[in-house]
Amino acid sequence: MEKLAIKVKNLTKSFGHFKAVDNISFEVKEGEIFGFLGANGAGKSTAMRMLCGLSTPSSGTAEVAGFDVRKKPEKVKQRIGYMSQRFSLYEDLTVRENITLYGGIYGLTKAKIEEETKRMTTQLKMEDLLDHLVMDIPLGWKQKLAFSVALIHHPSVVFLDEPTGGVDPKTRRQFWELIYEAAHQGTTIFVTTHYMDEASYCDRISMMVDGEIKALDTPKALKKRMGVETMDEVFRMLARKAKRGDD
Amino acid sequence: MLHIEGIEKDYGQVKALQGISFDVKPGEIFGLIGSDGAGKTTLFRILTTLLVPDKGRATVGGLDVVKDYKQIRKGIGYMPGRFSLYQDLTVDENIDFFASVFGVKVADNMDLIEEIYKMLRPFGKRRAGHLSGGMKQKLALCCALIHAPKMLFLDEPTTGVDPTSRAEFWTMIRSLADKGITILASTPYMDEAERCDRIGLIQNGKLIQTGTVPELLQSYDTPLWAVYGKNKYLLLKALRAFKSIDQCYPFGEAVHVNFLPEVVHDKTMDIEEALRKHLLIWGIEEIKIKSQKPEVEDCYLRLTRND
Repeated sequence: MEKLAIKVKNLTKSFGHFKAVDNISFEVKEGEIFGFLGANGAGKSTAMRMLCGLSTPSSGTAEVAGFDVRKKPEKVKQRIGYMSQRFSLYEDLTVRENITLYGGIYGLTKAKIEEETKRMTTQLKMEDLLDHLVMDIPLGWKQKLAFSVALIHHPSVVFLDEPTGGVDPKTRRQFWELIYEAAHQGTTIFVTTHYMDEASYCDRISMMVDGEIKALDTPKALKKRMGVETMDEVFRMLARKAKRGDD
Repeated sequence: MLHIEGIEKDYGQVKALQGISFDVKPGEIFGLIGSDGAGKTTLFRILTTLLVPDKGRATVGGLDVVKDYKQIRKGIGYMPGRFSLYQDLTVDENIDFFASVFGVKVADNMDLIEEIYKMLRPFGKRRAGHLSGGMKQKLALCCALIHAPKMLFLDEPTTGVDPTSRAEFWTMIRSLADKGITILASTPYMDEAERCDRIGLIQNGKLIQTGTVPELLQSYDTPLWAVYGKNKYLLLKALRAFKSIDQCYPFGEAVHVNFLPEVVHDKTMDIEEALRKHLLIWGIEEIKIKSQKPEVEDCYLRLTRND
């Protein structure tokens, strides 16, 4: 049997009477690239916060990287990586300083940090940029660096929250090739995105509408089931049924 | 409506724009497509009279962007890439503020903004900073339209917005164009090209192609293939080891591949069969090779392959 990296059962989060996440269940295999989609306000961020051990579920269970998010949130945090388009690297630190900072946070030794710095910058061909401030390097480079930094402690699962907004097709593909490589080496990838072409890069995707998971399958199977050609149409057909307003 | 001729702009050593020329006709939606750092925003700032070009000239409705900047400002609407309304003011207050700046009443141009205004109505008393991405975008568009401009400049209006809101937004833009407003919009997303009458691909400060989407697709100059396999990481590795390949890159569930000219022109060679054999030797499972119609992204990747 294939090992599971994420196991979610009847997970719910309520704020008063409002069920932000309403009884969701799904599993993600080790080394799988799992796309977590939904419109604004569908409950994606709330669900992701619970999976990262940042928010306690109201009911239901979730196991991430072998640990229960309710009982062992600190263990979960140590075993996962996180990257988002909005925040990942410190703009006013250099590339080297960012790597050192994150290495330190995850308790890597000085020697290990040096080794990782070298490996990372060679892989990304960023040797010349090591002592540049992050704010001075192009967005595409920042995203690739942020992804590598999120992997510095070799986490079992890495959460990518809208990782590649605003970059050109070429850079986006370089980024996805890094993802394929990490997944091939056994890292589980959990990614949210607004861009449906990215959704089709995932092994399987789930679609959240009004706090519930309304569909979960491979991109190919979803398109076939709904009788459409593109993931964009799949998204719009499902999201159209949403009752929650965009507010 | 918009005429651009040889615009250049440097920031110190960085050549942000290197001789941009194109025209946009009245009532047309022209999409400027390119990556972060391609020069889109610099061009928008020049055309909206906020920045002076080093070389070249541009006119909006016959008025020069440098000499006639005061007059131009009255007749255009500009929606910058970053949300630039007052976050601490409510939706209503923002709309009233922009109306007063342009010396108009909100009711004056209601025919133009009505559709958007209705959607914003339920949030009238909410602070702009507390709106969702889709609603912020609608408010920004509403404020940019308040003085009934002849031309709209939209800099990445759909970045960070979900697919449903993006589709809605483009529908609104189309209905504005139908009312005669000329629109220049930029986006990093190739799928939005289909929404424009004509597009220009911009890369490193240069316009590399302009035309309609069908024209662009037609200009793709080599056969394209889609290759499928079980493990995409291994598939890409195997493809890159195949010497006859010119370009190969992930595209949705497939990897798109084209071949070097000498292979394409060699009628004696069955390239599909040769590739299949190669992938089998590499141990790729579930191989599928199909001829593929190019999409806008394929064209972009082809045109920029030597950069």
